[in-house]
Amino acid sequence: MSFPWAKHYEPTTDFGRYMDSRLPLPRLVYGALGAGYPTPKNLNYFYNFGVLAGVALVIQIITGVVLGMHYAANTGIAFDSVEFIMRDVNNGWMLRYMHAVGASFFFAVVYVHIFRGLYYGSYKPPREVLWLLGLVIFLLMMATAFMGYVLVWGQMSFWGATVITNLFSAVPIVGEAIHTWLLGGFSPDNATLNRFFSLHYLLPFIIFGVIILHVWALHIPGSNNPTGVDVKGPQDTVPFHPYYTAKDFFGLGVYLTIFAIFVFFLPNALGEVDNYIPANPLSTPPHIVPEWYLLPFYAILKAFTTNFLFIPAKLWGVLAMLSAILLLFFLPWLDTSPVRSNSYRPLNRIFFWVLVADCILLGVCGGKLAEEPWVRIGQLASAYYFAHFLIIIPLIARFEKTLPLPNSISESVLAKYGRTPPPGSAGSFGGTMPQPAE
Amino acid sequence: MASETQLPHGDDLTIDGERRRDFIYVATGAFAAVGAAAVVWPLINQMNPSADVLALASIDLDLAAIQPGQAIVVPWRGKPVFARQLTPAEIAAANKVDAKTLRDPETLAQRTKPGNEKWLITLGVCTHLGCVPLGAREGEKRGDFGGYFCPCHGSQYDTAGRIRAGPAPKNLEVPQYAFKSPTSVAIG
Ligand code: HEM
Ligand code: FES
Repeated sequence: MSFPWAKHYEPTTDFGRYMDSRLPLPRLVYGALGAGYPTPKNLNYFYNFGVLAGVALVIQIITGVVLGMHYAANTGIAFDSVEFIMRDVNNGWMLRYMHAVGASFFFAVVYVHIFRGLYYGSYKPPREVLWLLGLVIFLLMMATAFMGYVLVWGQMSFWGATVITNLFSAVPIVGEAIHTWLLGGFSPDNATLNRFFSLHYLLPFIIFGVIILHVWALHIPGSNNPTGVDVKGPQDTVPFHPYYTAKDFFGLGVYLTIFAIFVFFLPNALGEVDNYIPANPLSTPPHIVPEWYLLPFYAILKAFTTNFLFIPAKLWGVLAMLSAILLLFFLPWLDTSPVRSNSYRPLNRIFFWVLVADCILLGVCGGKLAEEPWVRIGQLASAYYFAHFLIIIPLIARFEKTLPLPNSISESVLAKYGRTPPPGSAGSFGGTMPQPAE
Repeated sequence: MASETQLPHGDDLTIDGERRRDFIYVATGAFAAVGAAAVVWPLINQMNPSADVLALASIDLDLAAIQPGQAIVVPWRGKPVFARQLTPAEIAAANKVDAKTLRDPETLAQRTKPGNEKWLITLGVCTHLGCVPLGAREGEKRGDFGGYFCPCHGSQYDTAGRIRAGPAPKNLEVPQYAFKSPTSVAIG
C-alpha cells in the first residue's frame, strides 16, 4: 500500500505511543486519510464525489435510524405513521425530508462519481476490482432505496413494489415461486412491508462494509487522476492531509448548502405527488414511475413490447434491464485501450458525451407514458446504450489514435502554467517514454 | 489417540495414494454441509406465505345490477376482480379474430362459462407486471382493442380480456368461479 516516499506515522504523545503498540487506529487513519497518504497533486473537483457519497450514506443512516424510532411497518398504519412523523414528531418533518431528499442526492453524487470514473478510465487496470466493488455498492443502493420508498406505503410505494417484484415472475419455471417468496404472499401486503423494513435497515450497513473494501482497493494502487498517467515519483503527489482534506471540506460545504436548499425549500421537488395518496390495491395511478434515479433503467424495461426469438417481451425487458447494469461489470475488459483518460482519447471522448446524453434521454423516456413517440425513442436509446458498451467501446479501443501522454503528472501540471520541469526531476523519474496504462 | 498425531507414513497410504484421513475429511465436510443446509432452509422458507395468507377466501358476487357494456371491480384475496357484461357487439368482435393467431390463444368460449358467454369474469391484474388495467370503470380508456388498457407499460387487452398488444405475455387470468344462479357467481 502507498508509495515508498509516504510519511510514516510517529506518535507524539505518550498516550499515542501506548495506543500505537496496542490498537494502532491513529496509524491507520494517518496512512489512509492523513499526511501519510500521498495523492496525485492534480485531482480536480470531480474527485470530491467519493467523499461526498460517504457523507451521504452517513446522513441516510443517521436520519434513517431516528425515523425508525417513530415509523410503524404495518400496512394499516404505515402511511399514517409517516404523516405523524411529518406533523407531530419534534423536528420529524426535517428528518424525513433529509432522508427522502438525501436518497436523491446520494444517487446524484454516485452518478457523478461513476461518470467521473468512466471519463478518466478509472475502471482500467490496476483498478478493476475497485470498479467492481463500486458497482456492487450501486446495486445495493438501488435495492435499499427501492425498499425505503415502499415503506411510505403510498400509491407509488405500493405500485412500485408490485411492478418491481413482478419482474422476478418473468423468470421461466421458478419465477412465480420466487415472486411469492419475495412478497410472502400473492401481492404486496403486510408481510412484504415488514421484511422490506427489516432489509431497508440492514442493507445500508452492508453497503458500509463494501465501502470499506472499496476504499481498501483504492488505497492499493492509489487514486487515478485526470491525466490517467501513473504516479512516477514524489513530485507527482501531495499528502492527502492537509491538501485534500481541505479541498474535500470545501466541496462538502458547497454540497451541504445545496442539500439544505432542497430540504428546506424544495423538499418534494424530486419526489412524486402520488405517493401522498395512501396505497390502494384496487386502483393503479394512471401514470406510475419510479424515483428519478431509476428512470433510465425503467425506460430499458419498457422498451420491449413484442415477443421475439421465442422469448416473451416481459422476459426481454427484465433481462435487458438487468444486463444494463451487469454490462458495466465487464467494462474493464471491453475497453482494451491502454490510455486511461479521455483527455487523451479524442474519439472516445465524443462517445462518452453521447453516452451521457443517451442516459439522460433514457431518463426522460422512463418518465413518459407508454405512448409514441416515447416508446420508439426509448427503444432507440436502449439499443444505443448496449451498442455503446458492446460495439463502440471495443472498436474505438482498437482503432483510435490517442494523443501523446505527458511524461508525468508533474509535467502536465507545469505545462498548464507554461513551465517545464527542472532537469533531472519530474519526467525523468520513471523513464521519459509516455506511459500508457499497463 | 496417538496414531492421529503422527505424520502419515507409508503404511497409511493405500495403493491409490489415499489416506484414511482423506475419508474423514470428506465425511466431516459432507456432514457439515448437510447440517448447514438443514439450518438454511428454515431461514429461507420463513419468507414464504404464512398460514393466514394461504387461508383461501371465496366471495359471492351479484351480477344483477351490471348492465350490458358495464363492469364492476370487486376485491378478492387482495386483488381486484373485473366482472363485465359484454354487449353483443363485443362478443362478435371477440369471436371474429382467429384465436390461433393470438399471443395467448384462447377463444371467448374457453374464457367464459357455457351459456353465459356474455359474462366475462377476470382478474384485474395485468399479466405484465401486475398493475390494474383501466377500462372497468365508466369513462376509462379501453385501448385499441376495446377491452382493457394497462397504463403502466401500455398493454392492450381485447373484449375477451386477451392480450393483443404491449409487453404482457398472457391473457387476463380467469379465476375459478361457478354460477349459483343466472345472476350470481361464487369466486374462489
Ligand atoms: C443507503 C442508505 C439509505 C437509502 C438510499 C434510503 C432511502 C430511502 C428512501 C428513498 C425512502 C423513502 C423516502 C420518502 O419518500 O419518504 C426511505 C424511507 C425510510 N427509511 Fe431509508 N434509506 C437509507 C438508509 C436507511 C437506514 C439505515 C434506516 C434505518 C432504519 C432507514 C429508515 C427509513 C425509514 C423508517 C423510512 C420510512 C419513513 C420515510 O418515508 O421517511 N433508511 N429510505
Ligand atoms: S403492468 Fe401492465 S403493461 Fe406493465
